[in-house]
Amino acid sequence: MEPRRPPRTVSDPKVRQVGFVTPAAAPPARTVSDTAAMPAAGASQELPLSGSSLSPVMIPPPRHDGLSARVTAPVPVPIAATALRLDNLQIRVGSYNQSEVLLGTPPMTSPSSRVEDAVSEFSDDVSASSLYGRTEPDKVGTAFPGRSGDLMPAKSVVAGGSIGGSHTPENPPTTSLVVKTLPGITEKKRGMLEKQHDEAAAPKPLKEKTTKAERRALQEAQRAAKSAAKEGGGADPTNTKKDKVVKPTPQKKDVPEVAASSGKKVDRPLEKERKKEVLPLRMQFDDKHKVEKVKQRAIVNQREAKSRVEFFQRLPQYVHGTQLQELEAKFFQLDAVHPSVYKVGLHHLSGKITGGNARCIAMLLAFKEAIKDYSTPPEKALVRDLNAKISGFVSFLIECRPLSISMGNAIKFLKNRIAKLPLSMSELDAKASIQSDIDRFINQKIIIADKVIVRHAFAKIRDGDVLLTYGLSSVVEMILVYAHEHKKKFRIVIVDSRPKHEGQILLRRLVAKGLNCTYTHINAISYIMHEVTRVFLGAASVLSNGTVYSRVGTACVAMVAKAYRVPVLICCEAYKFHERVQLDSICFNELGDPDAILKVPTHVESYLYGCMDNDNLQLLNLNYDATPSDYVSMIITDYGMLPPTSVPVIMREYDPQNLWI
Amino acid sequence: MTRMDFEVVVLAGGASSNLSPLVSQELPKALLPVANRPVLSYVLELLEGSNLKDLIVVVEGEDAAQLVGGWISGAYADRLHVEVAAVPEGVGTAGALRSISSYLTANDVLIVSGDLVTDVPPGAIAATHRRHGAVVTTLLCSSPVSGPSDSGTSGGKEKAKKPVRHNIIGLDPTRQYLLHMATGAEVEKDIRLQKRILQAVGQMEIRADLMDAHLYAFKRTVLQDILDQKDKFQSIRQDILPYLIRTQLSSEVSGNGLVSSESGSNKSAVQDELRWLSQHREIAPSTFQDSQPLSLKSQRDDQRSHKCCVYIANESKYCARLNSIQAFSDINRDVIGEASHLSGYSFSAQNNIIHPSAELGSKTTVGPQCMLAEGSKLGDKCSVKRSVIGRHCRIGSNVKIVNSVVMNHVTIDDGCSIQGSVICSNVQLQERVVLKDCQVGAGYIVTSGSEHKSESLARK
Repeated sequence: MEPRRPPRTVSDPKVRQVGFVTPAAAPPARTVSDTAAMPAAGASQELPLSGSSLSPVMIPPPRHDGLSARVTAPVPVPIAATALRLDNLQIRVGSYNQSEVLLGTPPMTSPSSRVEDAVSEFSDDVSASSLYGRTEPDKVGTAFPGRSGDLMPAKSVVAGGSIGGSHTPENPPTTSLVVKTLPGITEKKRGMLEKQHDEAAAPKPLKEKTTKAERRALQEAQRAAKSAAKEGGGADPTNTKKDKVVKPTPQKKDVPEVAASSGKKVDRPLEKERKKEVLPLRMQFDDKHKVEKVKQRAIVNQREAKSRVEFFQRLPQYVHGTQLQELEAKFFQLDAVHPSVYKVGLHHLSGKITGGNARCIAMLLAFKEAIKDYSTPPEKALVRDLNAKISGFVSFLIECRPLSISMGNAIKFLKNRIAKLPLSMSELDAKASIQSDIDRFINQKIIIADKVIVRHAFAKIRDGDVLLTYGLSSVVEMILVYAHEHKKKFRIVIVDSRPKHEGQILLRRLVAKGLNCTYTHINAISYIMHEVTRVFLGAASVLSNGTVYSRVGTACVAMVAKAYRVPVLICCEAYKFHERVQLDSICFNELGDPDAILKVPTHVESYLYGCMDNDNLQLLNLNYDATPSDYVSMIITDYGMLPPTSVPVIMREYDPQNLWI
Repeated sequence: MTRMDFEVVVLAGGASSNLSPLVSQELPKALLPVANRPVLSYVLELLEGSNLKDLIVVVEGEDAAQLVGGWISGAYADRLHVEVAAVPEGVGTAGALRSISSYLTANDVLIVSGDLVTDVPPGAIAATHRRHGAVVTTLLCSSPVSGPSDSGTSGGKEKAKKPVRHNIIGLDPTRQYLLHMATGAEVEKDIRLQKRILQAVGQMEIRADLMDAHLYAFKRTVLQDILDQKDKFQSIRQDILPYLIRTQLSSEVSGNGLVSSESGSNKSAVQDELRWLSQHREIAPSTFQDSQPLSLKSQRDDQRSHKCCVYIANESKYCARLNSIQAFSDINRDVIGEASHLSGYSFSAQNNIIHPSAELGSKTTVGPQCMLAEGSKLGDKCSVKRSVIGRHCRIGSNVKIVNSVVMNHVTIDDGCSIQGSVICSNVQLQERVVLKDCQVGAGYIVTSGSEHKSESLARK
């Protein structure tokens, strides 16, 4: 039992990344110990790959039994893809987590189930801690008083194994239990399990079903125990006890029932507590109370989006269709919003300005304009009043479209600058100083940064290269044009995707400049990747674990490139870096216009015409995805070319808050 | 600072000839009662509802200006800040603007016709204008269903007895840009389209069911330039707008140059680069740029083109212009009928408005969608249907009023029958007069027993 746990924690990339450990340093140390323990796991060099098998858009398992069928319905493809790709990888790579297989490690080690843990953890207590993969040992202890003895060794092993020591993304008890009940499962079975993983209706072997039920029951019990511990007694302890009584005797009919019922009972108090105790990082749009509150503050009444996809309910739903009209109608009613800010907001909303840099520049210029027209009201301090005013602008912009990370960083910078203005400074000077700050920010952080990136990237382009890019990235465009102007001989493959077809804009500009281009859609990516020698991608942000947050589809391109051993170079200005750690693209994302994916330009009428109002149809148009750092060969920033693991270093050494002053 | 950098000009017109005999020296067009309120009040209240309280009202003719000014200062003394400017008669809308254009300072100007009755928020037009950075944005609404037969006569008052046409409007496929506009008389001829515009857009949608509502947002600098340079331009609708549409791909009033000269000359290289950068990344939905065969060319064109945009009002919004007698009757009927939210009155359970001081004789019925203002008296056995009756009217017994507008201080004797007519103030109808589809000018006396059909009766 004890030796089986380490490989899990080891093979989990999250641990490494969170702890800021370079892959070169940490895993081998641990894999050595693993291999020592289990001789069969010879080829553990490929271990990082197992981590990379996390799909960028990861689908968590259903939270409630009743909902499961509906939940999985709208996004069946990624699940299948995960499983399939996993099989492929196993076949191709061969060495990929063979150790686990041979050891008969339970299905918990399979990526999708790992995701389940992580996500269900996340959905339980939305707190920041779970987001960052920290599970407090105390909590776990209280949740499983009976098993604490079992757990102790596991914990110690984990602590010894991981360098950070404190970060263990998964709660050991789950593992231990499953290991017990499911010893020795063959690889085939596991594959099947994965495929059927979320399809509650599909027929399954008895054993697996019980495991799943058990797992769920266990989770419910955890929740119950947690809530009980927090509430300090009452009716809940009995509840948890019941669960525990039921749990060890897995009768396949009883267990799901209990799990479901306990889940329903326990979930509500938990939610309340969550609101009280934990400040969520962001607005949760599936939280009715909060939504009500926000609505009261909102400028326009946002209508409910009709078909929400379950996983993404907590994200702001796309309401462009109605919102634009309503915002426009209220044009003259918005006292607090400066005209230039208003214009930028409308541009964001209507999609006239897109892209992280352009949106950020437009916003900053609008702020600059607003500051120019600003005058401090009597008996108020400029520092406070202006900051409040900027906050008003920002909330207006958020209402138009969720902020991009670049904008968030710029706002942070601006507010910081305003707050640090000396009180004694005259209003004119203060305004001039802020305006020049804004100019400097745009100039240094975006324009000059872009130029530096172009120079760096230029060094990576050789004659005869075939460069692939995805979508439309302003920096990549500059790089390509620059390289062309400097007489590099290369060919470009522009990969595009529906529904935005941004690549066409790039294609037109490049073709007009006389560059040799190939245009294809992302469906053909695996075909076209044969001939590609470099992949240049833009990014909306790079997170501190090296994850690249970018236009949806980027992860796919990067993954295919990795499979074909083509280096993936991400071009991203350092001001877009964010200290957040994000493991998937579910927890933060932006929803696009769901109707956009319905429209097929070649057909006068969509095949789905008339289906839009059907309750069974849910449309999901994601704007971003997260590319795990394993797929990224290099990040080109204004501070040079870095491996993705060095992002935290940049963030630490060149801390924006200090550097920008 | 003006609100959102917009200034508002209301063109209240003067004595409009195609509304005779309703309008007169004493009653300029702007003060024509619609549901017993001057028609101008609908515009003013619409603007007030949008928080636009600093207005410039331009009236043709000194006398009319005094009347309008007097009424505004009485009615909106503490609510609106209105400047009434008088311009000589017959200068046209462009002329009227020309005479006040030197007072305009804001970035954009919202120009509203004073005879507009609508509930389309002006902010929507303004915001669309801002969003596109257009030189002109115009409000289009669907032509009224009951069809004021001469709604198409452009420019309003100057062309009194022109034949009746609807507009022909060319839009781009996204229905954001105005590519062609044929006004009244031009419709009859063959439509001549500019090849260049058609080429640039690729596809044009021609609509005949839309009406120009005479609510425009102009870029101030462009408007002033045109007014200065083209001193023959008479009307916004007939001269300025077609000119801007025609030249939108080969603009002489380059928006960029004006802007830069406007916002100060101290442009550093950095700022220019900034503008370039944000422009370079701007992904315009416009088919203009995307369908240009060569991007280089389109970029150059970009410098020299301006945008003429439209805001198409929702079908559910009410939008009508009081520019004909038919329209006057229609609007009166609609305001107390289907567009009753515009009137600002609260309707009774019978769906009509009867002022408490109005007196009704026995067996007199006032149907739904009627209005009876204060102090009016109806005799016995009268019947009023879908009509507006003004203040202090004295109406005898056995009078039938259907589909009509009766203004103030009208005396109607027993046994009259009025259908589809407009009776102006101080008219006297003697006994057993029968009027059908007539207009009776102010102060006219219709002798007893006479019957009129489709006539216009006025004092000579």
